[in-house]
Amino acid sequence: MISLILATAIRYLLPLLLLLSVYILLRGHNAPGGGFIGGLVASSAFALFALAHGVDLSKRVLRIAPRNLITAGLFTAGSSGCVPLFFNLPFMTGLWFETHINVIGKLGTPFFFDLGVFLVVLGVTLMIIFSLMEE
Amino acid sequence: MNLVLLFPILIPFATAVACLLAWKQRHVQRVLSITGAVLLQASGFLLLVSVWQSGIRAVQMGNWPAPFGITLVSDLFSAIMIVMAGLTGVTVLVYSLADMDTGRESFGYHPLMHILLMGVCGAFITGDVFNLYVWFEVMLIASFVLLGLGGEKAQLEGTVKYVTLNLMSSALFLAAVGIMYGAVGTLNMADLARHMGTVKQPGLVTTLATLFLLAFGIKAAIFPLFFWLPASYPTPPAPIAAIFAGLLTKVGIYALIRVFTLLFVQDLEYTHALLLVLAGLTMISGILGALVQNELRRILSFVLVSHIGFMIMGLGIFTHLAITASVFYIVHDVIVKTGLFLVGGVVRAERGTYEMSSLGGLYSSNPWLSALFLLPALSVGGIPPLSGFWGKLVLVKAGMETGQYLIVATALIVALLSLLVMMKMWADAFWRDSPGSAAGGSVVSANPVSFESRLVLFCPIGVLGLLTLAAGIFAEPVLTVCSRAADQLLNTEEYIRAVLGGIP
Amino acid sequence: MEVVMSFVIGGLYASGLYLMMRRNILKLVLGIALLSHAANLLIFTMGRLTRGHPPLIPPGEVRVLESIADPLPEALILTAIVIGFGVQAFAIVLIRRCFETLGTDDLDEMRSTDRAP
Repeated sequence: MISLILATAIRYLLPLLLLLSVYILLRGHNAPGGGFIGGLVASSAFALFALAHGVDLSKRVLRIAPRNLITAGLFTAGSSGCVPLFFNLPFMTGLWFETHINVIGKLGTPFFFDLGVFLVVLGVTLMIIFSLMEE
Repeated sequence: MNLVLLFPILIPFATAVACLLAWKQRHVQRVLSITGAVLLQASGFLLLVSVWQSGIRAVQMGNWPAPFGITLVSDLFSAIMIVMAGLTGVTVLVYSLADMDTGRESFGYHPLMHILLMGVCGAFITGDVFNLYVWFEVMLIASFVLLGLGGEKAQLEGTVKYVTLNLMSSALFLAAVGIMYGAVGTLNMADLARHMGTVKQPGLVTTLATLFLLAFGIKAAIFPLFFWLPASYPTPPAPIAAIFAGLLTKVGIYALIRVFTLLFVQDLEYTHALLLVLAGLTMISGILGALVQNELRRILSFVLVSHIGFMIMGLGIFTHLAITASVFYIVHDVIVKTGLFLVGGVVRAERGTYEMSSLGGLYSSNPWLSALFLLPALSVGGIPPLSGFWGKLVLVKAGMETGQYLIVATALIVALLSLLVMMKMWADAFWRDSPGSAAGGSVVSANPVSFESRLVLFCPIGVLGLLTLAAGIFAEPVLTVCSRAADQLLNTEEYIRAVLGGIP
Repeated sequence: MEVVMSFVIGGLYASGLYLMMRRNILKLVLGIALLSHAANLLIFTMGRLTRGHPPLIPPGEVRVLESIADPLPEALILTAIVIGFGVQAFAIVLIRRCFETLGTDDLDEMRSTDRAP
């Protein structure tokens, strides 16, 4: 059964929720938020979309297969931890760029780690939700 | 440089990511997977040499000083375990080149194996109790998926039991970590070791010890918490069963040995006596279970449970010699059990069944396979000069020295019974005529194994068989390494100094 | 406050274990979830309950004040929640596969791996 209200609302909710998830990801370093919660919000957006419009369409909207999201996330998180090794510092030492960028704030290896977590959580959650809904 | 401590975690991680990238190309995945396992093995040896030469190594993750950040630390015991993890990884992955269905391979068998190895190595190398929990979970999630991969009926039933019991154990572990943090105020193992003696309520420490014993006991499958093991290990394909049997239970034993040599040494009369009783009961109940089973892998699973008792026995006696014997026994058991489960897989590939009643005549049709079975089987039974003999001998000697005659007698009886079980398997599956041939039927297998794949199947088993022989013949140097490892386990000052450095 | 928390934790453990001993496989998963929540709450309580204190150093200060709230239990719980999330998501997929393959949600009927043939 497809709910008309949800199907209409999700068109506007999907971009809003994705924006919110990025906001949560970015504020995560010193305030409540971060990659895990951001990833959950983003995946809930796609889960709602899948509820309203079916799995196939939401897969097309997502464009990237959830498995590739996981791979990219693991790669980002892992390599962000390895960066300090090149500066002769222990694994996962936080390194920051000095310059302040508008909107994003300060960039550094912990941010990329969080970004990786975001992608992994998004990928894993969607993979599970899609596989549960498909059968 | 301290990179050598990171390799055992980074290599499997990188391999898993690389395998995920090559998701569609099965052959690329295979090459990557084997390369990763060989590299892991090499890094294990590198770590072993480094720790042997310069003592316990530690590195602070993220450059946070010791009691506040997460420490990676490796003493000789950890290094030995990582070498064993690499060995199991290499042999099992080579074996699975010839005996793994394409369905499972294209659903992420290789990446999952490497995530499993990463979790195992992380658990061996971490110096923080909560981080140990995290690595346990990494390992568990990978093992859940590996166990359920394929989705056969028996597999799913086994997975439900495995998942339930292991999640119970995780919840207990988590609760114990919480109480420990409340009582001592730190989770760094070295820091805990310093402050554990100063806790005001000794009763609370004993409670904690029991909680940890329960949590790790479920994972290590000791009496009376082992019933999930024979229900779940015989269900997945042989390579997965082999790495579970060879490696995963040893992680539980590693954790037990770690916490009961480093943290809970205040109340030896209670905790270590309890360990000794549990060791005896594990040995007996396991081997009695093995005697009545009629399916090859279920027999092996019960034998596996029974021999876990031997490793706990050394910990329970708690002398230098006994801990040496425990470490040696773990090395022996990893080699032998991996080998035996892989042999089981070949039997299945040749005959299409695990039922003892329909097996037979394997000696006349596959003499080489019989030889490969006989080596680890005799080693399990404790026949000299194989490694199982020395492990049991040193354990018995340690027991005699401390006057624990009851457990020594139990160990000897169980060793005899293990030999009986192994010889029963030999007689039923290999030596006697095939039940089909008497009735005039053929002994030809349903799907004949080609020569090339037979070579691939036999190589890893042969290596494991030769290793148990070598560890038996050259027992002296192996025991020397284990004895140094026991030194480091019992003299906790070196561990604490390596982790905390000059911090008062 | 600690007394209330201990009753809550005890209640969660009790109901978790009760659910796990039911025959329905869905209740098993719910029971496991309750158990991990109980463990999380236990960590929270063991880290000392404080009210209105800053975690470590408040904004505008340069050193640790007399009374602070310990931030570590929260970090531990957050990690445990993340792990619990992953495990429970897997468990839900597993029980669904189980129900489809075995055709039953009764744990008493999943005994083929325990019986000696």
